[in-house]
Amino acid sequence: MIHLIIHLAVLLILPPLLLGVIVKTKAWFAGRVGAPLLQPYYDIFKLMRRSLVLSTTTTWIFRAAPLVTVSTALLAGLLIPIGGGGAPLTFAGDLIFFAYLFGLARFFTASAALDTGSAFEGMGAAREVTFACLSEPALFFALLVLAKVSGSLSLTGMLLGTTGAGAAHATAPLVLISIGLFIVLLAETCRIPVDDPTTHLELTMIHEAMVLDHSGPLFGLILYGAAVKLLVLGTVLLRVVAPFTFGRAWLDWPLYLVEILGLAAVIGVVESIMARLQMRHVPYLLVGALLFCGFGFILLIR
Amino acid sequence: MFLDLILLAILLAAVSGLPGLVMPRSSVWGERIAAACMAVAAVAGLAGVVGGLRGAGGAACGFPWPAAGNGVVGLDALSAFFLAPILLVGGIGPLYGLGYWPQRIHRRNGRKLRLFWGLLVAGMALLVIGRHAMSFLLGWEIMALSAFFLVATEDERKESRRASWIYLVATHVSTLTLFGLFALWRSATGSYLLEPVSPETLRLGTRHLLFLLALIAFGIKAGMMPLHFWLPGAHASAPCHVSAILSGVVLKMGIYGLVRWLALLPVPPAAWGSIVLALGVVSGLLGVVYAIGQHDIKRLLAYHSVENIGIILMGLGIALLGRSTGHVGWVVLGMGGCLLHVWNHSLFKSLLFLAAGAVVHGAHTRQIDRLGGLARGMPWSAAGFLVGAVAICGLPPLNGFVSELFIYLGLFHAALAGSAMAMVGVPVLAAIGALAVACFVKVYGTAFLGVARTPAAAHAREAPVTMRMPLLILAACCAVIGLAPVLVAPALDASTRCWMAGVAPGTPAIRGLAPLGGIGALGAALVAGLAAAAVLGRRRHAARRARPAITWDCGYARPSPRMQYTATSLAQMIVGLFAPVLRPHVQHPRVDGLFPAPVAAHSHVDDAVLDRMLLPMGRRLANSFGWFRRFQRGLTQNYMLYILIMLLVLLGTLLPIRAMVERWLAR
Repeated sequence: MIHLIIHLAVLLILPPLLLGVIVKTKAWFAGRVGAPLLQPYYDIFKLMRRSLVLSTTTTWIFRAAPLVTVSTALLAGLLIPIGGGGAPLTFAGDLIFFAYLFGLARFFTASAALDTGSAFEGMGAAREVTFACLSEPALFFALLVLAKVSGSLSLTGMLLGTTGAGAAHATAPLVLISIGLFIVLLAETCRIPVDDPTTHLELTMIHEAMVLDHSGPLFGLILYGAAVKLLVLGTVLLRVVAPFTFGRAWLDWPLYLVEILGLAAVIGVVESIMARLQMRHVPYLLVGALLFCGFGFILLIR
Repeated sequence: MFLDLILLAILLAAVSGLPGLVMPRSSVWGERIAAACMAVAAVAGLAGVVGGLRGAGGAACGFPWPAAGNGVVGLDALSAFFLAPILLVGGIGPLYGLGYWPQRIHRRNGRKLRLFWGLLVAGMALLVIGRHAMSFLLGWEIMALSAFFLVATEDERKESRRASWIYLVATHVSTLTLFGLFALWRSATGSYLLEPVSPETLRLGTRHLLFLLALIAFGIKAGMMPLHFWLPGAHASAPCHVSAILSGVVLKMGIYGLVRWLALLPVPPAAWGSIVLALGVVSGLLGVVYAIGQHDIKRLLAYHSVENIGIILMGLGIALLGRSTGHVGWVVLGMGGCLLHVWNHSLFKSLLFLAAGAVVHGAHTRQIDRLGGLARGMPWSAAGFLVGAVAICGLPPLNGFVSELFIYLGLFHAALAGSAMAMVGVPVLAAIGALAVACFVKVYGTAFLGVARTPAAAHAREAPVTMRMPLLILAACCAVIGLAPVLVAPALDASTRCWMAGVAPGTPAIRGLAPLGGIGALGAALVAGLAAAAVLGRRRHAARRARPAITWDCGYARPSPRMQYTATSLAQMIVGLFAPVLRPHVQHPRVDGLFPAPVAAHSHVDDAVLDRMLLPMGRRLANSFGWFRRFQRGLTQNYMLYILIMLLVLLGTLLPIRAMVERWLAR
């Protein structure tokens, strides 16, 4: 019960802090003081209190999309193990539900972008749905590897079962899919080198271009949903990279917090030392992720 | 008793179009009688289906047909399973037709359409209850020919005529292969009855040949790549509710044939499962990729049928693999996915075609790039299309997700046990899902959202209530299966058991292998959460009204509808990624000078099989047979003479020449 409460608390409260850590890391690299760590919370709270401006072209889809984004991300967060214990909800095959929840969010976000009738948002939607066609197969190859290593078809079993005695030979595949999953994480959460969340040029955006017309509470929901997605996908990656637990909740939760904030810092470092790729080069990066995950699987079954 | 209900439904469906024929063309009663007949047939038949799924089909019934002894019909769970979509879509189609194809507007072909609609439904129902080669073939040909007349409903249009002829050729290649199949079956088993035989009866070579013939014959009907070439044209040029039944139900008859034959053939070799799985992977991926390249909403939906047939074949492949390797769990998951996707596809594809019909009805165009903003003028049709789109992408919480989940689970099990094709299948199915999302974002976003691109789209009005009712029924079915998959579990179990009859009598239930309760509960939670959030948001913002503004276009103050992103642009990156397969034709205009003249750019994607292989090959063949024309005099007497000569030659070869020679030598 306590575990469930902490799980929910972390899932609901922690995500914006990750954005704060990323921004702070980038500021540190650039030699600036940067915004406070809690700035994303202030932003979201402020947005939630502001009034809406709606484009005259939009329909209910435009208003529904942020709700779908947030609720699917939170539901996905209930399917993964955070901290030491298992997930609140788990059943064989929940990994597919997990992956397809993000598909549902993508469908509505991209449709909402087209609802505004703006060329920029259409461009963003086109990029988002195209790149997903490459990152989804990579994700499923990674899930295949995890299923094979752990012998389980539920996310909890897969993500907590990679440290068993039989998993020693799986080190190389796990390393390969970690790289692949990291690229998928960067792509799905719209980070450099795939997308630049801070860009000011509409032509070069992906995710930001899709939400140009969202304002007030709707935009607050989108920011929050993106942060939850970062936490959820980041946790999956962490469980693959560092599947260690102490078996004691009071040690595991702090360990998890250190790990996830560390991951945010790593993303900040990547964002600081890399430039965004040219848009036509992004597919190569994603195919690279697909290759990492695919070769990981082949290594495993050889 | 239940079989009698089905027979009653067949009879009613077959005669439903007849009253209209004897009434004057101006009378509206013909269409009303037909719709009522089909509705009664559907209700009676669906009652029979419920009985059939419970295993209460009763004894087989012979119907006297002297040419082939007795044609036999019977009802088992598998037949009942496939009867359900036939009767449902067949029953609500004429209701939709009352608004979409009313007799007072379509005086010339309305009566023809309704006559052949009834015959099509009757033919398909006869086909699935046929237990004898002759009744099967009878149903098959009634179905094939009435579908031909339905595709050619608007035979004054060149496009319809061309599509229907291509369809007729394809379907007869399929029928001819079926003749070969049944002849071989007869010679190997000694009977035309379609009943499972013992493994000793059939040699392995015969079994392989039977499998190959069945794959070709039923693959053409199902629209499996690369035998799908007839499908996009035929489904695009028919009236929309005809496209709905062609795509949603008639294709499934190919799947039914394949499923039924594989139940008859004993001990499938492991290679068959891999072949079916590989064909499913190819059809699924190429189907959706071709769909993305289309500009015509109905052609796009037609290519999506190829994709979904691919997914269904993937399920069947897993089931076959499980059957030949003795993994009953794979059979249950694969067959469950295959069969449930048959139902699901018939629901959401009919829904999509009917909603597309409402678009054509309202905006008078099928070109996606000439639509836009339809969700304002026709909110109900837009909502119906949205439900169909989410379902066909396999997204939770609708029905498409449930069947894809079964297939995923089967693929995972098989892949972890070392099946190479299944390892390819998992990421490909993921890619298919993502591509389908891309494709339906393109259609839904361009056609229904944004601003109208043409005056016709701006003035589109909502369809009449007779067209909205069918949308509502189909959307409700999609939601029910998605939110409460436990409800369909008994039907799936009964059909799988029927398919495995004689192989593994105690097949486990799908409930134990797939998390039916889990996905149902999570889907319901998602819907409930969204509904609650929507109510809360609405209450909060009721006080402070949102301020309307124009869309942000980098500060440009007067955005116009033509500045919207088009469907073609949206698809451009994906078409580019798959350019080696699609080979899109793109014509870039030249723009030069200070004041360039207006120019136009074109791009389109041809079908690889029809436009790049079959048609050029046919043209070359026709050219090389130019000399043959001298035999073509256009005189009936001449042709009769040829027939006489041919018959004499054939008779000559039948003469016992060898015996005669031997007798002569012995003398």
